[in-house]
Amino acid sequence: MRELICITCPKGCHLKVDEENDYKVTGNGCPRGAIYGKKECTHPTRVVTSTVKIVGAEIERLSVKTNGDIPKEKIFDVMKELNRVVVKAPVHREDVIVSDICGTGVDLVATKDL
Amino acid sequence: MNNKYDVVVIGGGPAGLASAIAARQNGAKSVLIIERDKELGGILNQCIHNGFGLHHFKEELTGPEYAGKYIDEVDKTDIDILLDTMVIEITPDKMVYCSSSIHGYLMIQAKSIILNMGCRERTRGAIAIPGTRASGVFTAGAAQRYVNIEGYMPGKRVVILGSGDIGLIMARRMTLEGAKVLAVVEVMPYSNGLNRNIVQCLHDYDIPLYLSHTITDIVGKSRVEKVVVSKVDENRNPIKGTEMEFDCDCVLLSVGLIPENELSNELGIEMDPRTHGPIVYENMETSMEGVFASGNVVHVHDLVDFVSLESEKAGMGAGRYVSNGEVSKNRVVRTINGDNISYVVPQYVRKDNVEKSVELSFRVRRPTQQVNIVVKDGDTIIAKFKKEHVVPSEMEKVSIPKILLEKADKELVVSIEEDT
Repeated sequence: MRELICITCPKGCHLKVDEENDYKVTGNGCPRGAIYGKKECTHPTRVVTSTVKIVGAEIERLSVKTNGDIPKEKIFDVMKELNRVVVKAPVHREDVIVSDICGTGVDLVATKDL
Repeated sequence: MNNKYDVVVIGGGPAGLASAIAARQNGAKSVLIIERDKELGGILNQCIHNGFGLHHFKEELTGPEYAGKYIDEVDKTDIDILLDTMVIEITPDKMVYCSSSIHGYLMIQAKSIILNMGCRERTRGAIAIPGTRASGVFTAGAAQRYVNIEGYMPGKRVVILGSGDIGLIMARRMTLEGAKVLAVVEVMPYSNGLNRNIVQCLHDYDIPLYLSHTITDIVGKSRVEKVVVSKVDENRNPIKGTEMEFDCDCVLLSVGLIPENELSNELGIEMDPRTHGPIVYENMETSMEGVFASGNVVHVHDLVDFVSLESEKAGMGAGRYVSNGEVSKNRVVRTINGDNISYVVPQYVRKDNVEKSVELSFRVRRPTQQVNIVVKDGDTIIAKFKKEHVVPSEMEKVSIPKILLEKADKELVVSIEEDT
């Protein structure tokens, strides 16, 4: 039995994951907790939020996110990749900045209009 | 741009955006938002992490996305916006004086005003940490702006004082950007941040959290060179002999937020020493007729979703005020701190202005398990709510139906009773 704190929402449910029983999750307040609990014990993933350089805008940085969760161990690969990106304004929310970033199958998208 | 508006909203952050829209939808024919920054969205613009909007939009958004959705809504309306404009003074006759980079000095007459100025961070001065005045000491929010908006790193080796959410978020952010976060230091025996942030910001990156510890010295000639961290006793006094040294070039402070009320004070509205914000009625109207306030300027919230909700109430109040006039103050009850409560908002409830129910927001003084939240007037129990656990870092809310509210005559005393 592994004890976890769910990070899906600010409530922070205390989860218990039964590793011997197909990662059955108890203590979750919603279905997202069950998905998180199983994932966290099998292949943990995270959404990465960061910024990239932008030119031609009112400010210097464009905020971005991975449009889905990526394997935890790829976080720093993604951060490295971001350092190489320079975007030209205008950019709109949800525009794809890097597709399939670091071979994760997940796109990096803008989170702001600039 | 005119010089007369039904409703003038001071501040274009999440509170101002939500209250402006609600005011326009509820009877105000002309609405103006005044924002001092170059863009709308307020502090959300620098909160690039996700976790916003789960209550309000039922999806997980980043700060800029949450703001963006509201800005899109405002863009669909005829609400006027003044950016890069600083409000200098508001007077009781509802004149708003401001200075704008484009329009110069402006005098705007409002019928109703909504105060949505938000809050600001407590600084090193507010907590009096000993040591030299070396550079490299920032509030966490200032560092967040440098990194996320302006593109500067404030340091390479970092110690963070305070484990509130901004401190935790910045611990992860600095780590992702290549800095080494040596420690997060918290004077209390528990963190004031959300559990999820302790997991995904500290545990994920093996950043140690020192509870019941504080910074007792900052050392460095021109730049911070090291800090001394000591354990504290139950009275939060440092214990001699427990000193640890961290070689660092940067200290980030996440030691609390204070509502930003210079304009409110000068206007002369009644303030609450418990919240450091204006005293408000059930519809977020302040002690001055036609002046409303909502969001972090009233009391510091944990979640932006609740700022939006409260601001919709303020906007609705202002919209109705300009179309229907003043609310009757015939039957007013006051909310009061009972056991283990540090504040209650709203401070007053006009019973005649409550339609279905009134919502009370409050914070507890100390973490407690298995409790009843009890609302009383004298010996009469108005309402009782069971709760697994309450902590000071999480704002609590209870909703009292009108039918029960009618039982209250003078006061609503909110208290936490341990379930025995």
